[in-house]
Amino acid sequence: MTGEHTVRSYDEELSHLTNLIARMGGLAEAQLEGAVQALVKRDSDLASKVIAADAKVDEIEHEVHGFTVRLLALRQPVAHDLRMIVGALKISGDLERIADYAANVAKRALVLNQIPPVKPTAGVPRLARLVQEIVKEVLDAFVEQDNEKAVKVWKQDEEVDDMYTGLFRELITYMMEDPRNITACIHLMFIAKNIERIGDHATNIAETIYFLVQGTPIRETRPKGDSILPDPSQLARDD
Amino acid sequence: MSLASESYFQQSGRALTNAAKVTARDVNVYYGDKHALKAVDLNIRANEVTALIGPSGCGKSTFLRCLNRMNDLIDGARVTGLITLDGDDIYDRSLDVVQLRARIGMVFQKPNPFPKSIFDNVAYGPRIHGLAQSSADLEEIVVTSLQRAGLYEEVKDRLVEPGTGLSGGQQQRLCIARAIAVSPEVILMDEPCSALDPIATAKVEELIDELRENFTIVIVTHSMQQAARVSQRTAFFHLGVLVEFGDTEQIFTNPQQKLTQGYITGRFG
Repeated sequence: MTGEHTVRSYDEELSHLTNLIARMGGLAEAQLEGAVQALVKRDSDLASKVIAADAKVDEIEHEVHGFTVRLLALRQPVAHDLRMIVGALKISGDLERIADYAANVAKRALVLNQIPPVKPTAGVPRLARLVQEIVKEVLDAFVEQDNEKAVKVWKQDEEVDDMYTGLFRELITYMMEDPRNITACIHLMFIAKNIERIGDHATNIAETIYFLVQGTPIRETRPKGDSILPDPSQLARDD
Repeated sequence: MSLASESYFQQSGRALTNAAKVTARDVNVYYGDKHALKAVDLNIRANEVTALIGPSGCGKSTFLRCLNRMNDLIDGARVTGLITLDGDDIYDRSLDVVQLRARIGMVFQKPNPFPKSIFDNVAYGPRIHGLAQSSADLEEIVVTSLQRAGLYEEVKDRLVEPGTGLSGGQQQRLCIARAIAVSPEVILMDEPCSALDPIATAKVEELIDELRENFTIVIVTHSMQQAARVSQRTAFFHLGVLVEFGDTEQIFTNPQQKLTQGYITGRFG
């Protein structure tokens, strides 16, 4: 919604909220980048920094919670303002989870750095790059209030699912080749899962952006990628 | 096609399935040369609260006053178009305006009890319309009306005292009791809470919600929160035009018109 409120301080508060989310998004993005670098470059110092910096994201999330409750109580927002405030509250939750998953990747990177590297797998960094791109796009969509961009991000999750499933199969083959790979591969598997979950949260954010811009949920059905889980309808039934 | 008729068509499919108690078609109001209300189409459904909102001078009170022909009392006011109550044209020449106003009651911005006792304030309408067969009948009407207006418990021991001695909120509920004493079908309220404190306002709002079961209510309010709290349908007027009309929930969460959005979010200017 363009145009300014008659009460200027209300505009300032709304833009403060947008800035908080943008800042939180920037931090979460940096956390993911740091965690992936720590993994790829086997950099334990960087991993430790990422783990320590997670508290900062949590702190901003608390600030967003307090601020949105205050806005709801004092401004009684409606229409786009209301959707924006509630949307910011939801997005802050997703960003907090994204940063948590990034910290978990960093923790596992620390462990992986203690053991010999497994056969170089390009799959994890490739998945990470795709998800980083998605996170960046969704944050741009939020700042620009661009629902077309949000829908584009939303559809990209299919690619993430496909890549994750491919990686899952690849890691299984390494484990079958040599049981000494199992520890490292399991950690890599969890790392891949964490990164895939980050993609899911980016998808949630895209849905929230669409709702806050349009006032209605996305009505299309999302293309689903290849899954490691079997289709329940294909499973044999006992009865 | 005007914005108003567009929004009318958007909601007309649903309106057909709900009984419209009052309908307005192409209603225009002129005060002398001033075109105060422009081609308004609106269906007011039975047993619902319809809120009319908009900035000062937008025509919402003018529209409200058309519904019980209060504009007849204003020199130079001219109303064109069709307004029906249960399908009957309320501007029909053969229609008795006094009877019409008994069917469509009104509560005003400032509580205006008669300088009479509490009892007589409520008994006034039933007396002049001959609604009570006996004094016991009349007493029953008065007590029931005061109860429905949520005032009886507070005044039952002082029914003979003047209505003007009550607090502002009590006076407004007395006026509502007076309006419902003649068993109207529709109650028009013109900013009924603007002179009341928040607690008295809450009581009146609670009352409006209860009255909805038996009456159709149209309320003009400057408080958008009040419109959001008490109404099922909201109409937004601007410069004499009905800009948007729809479910209150939708108007306050996802209005379709930019003007509505600007007004309800406080970006009007």
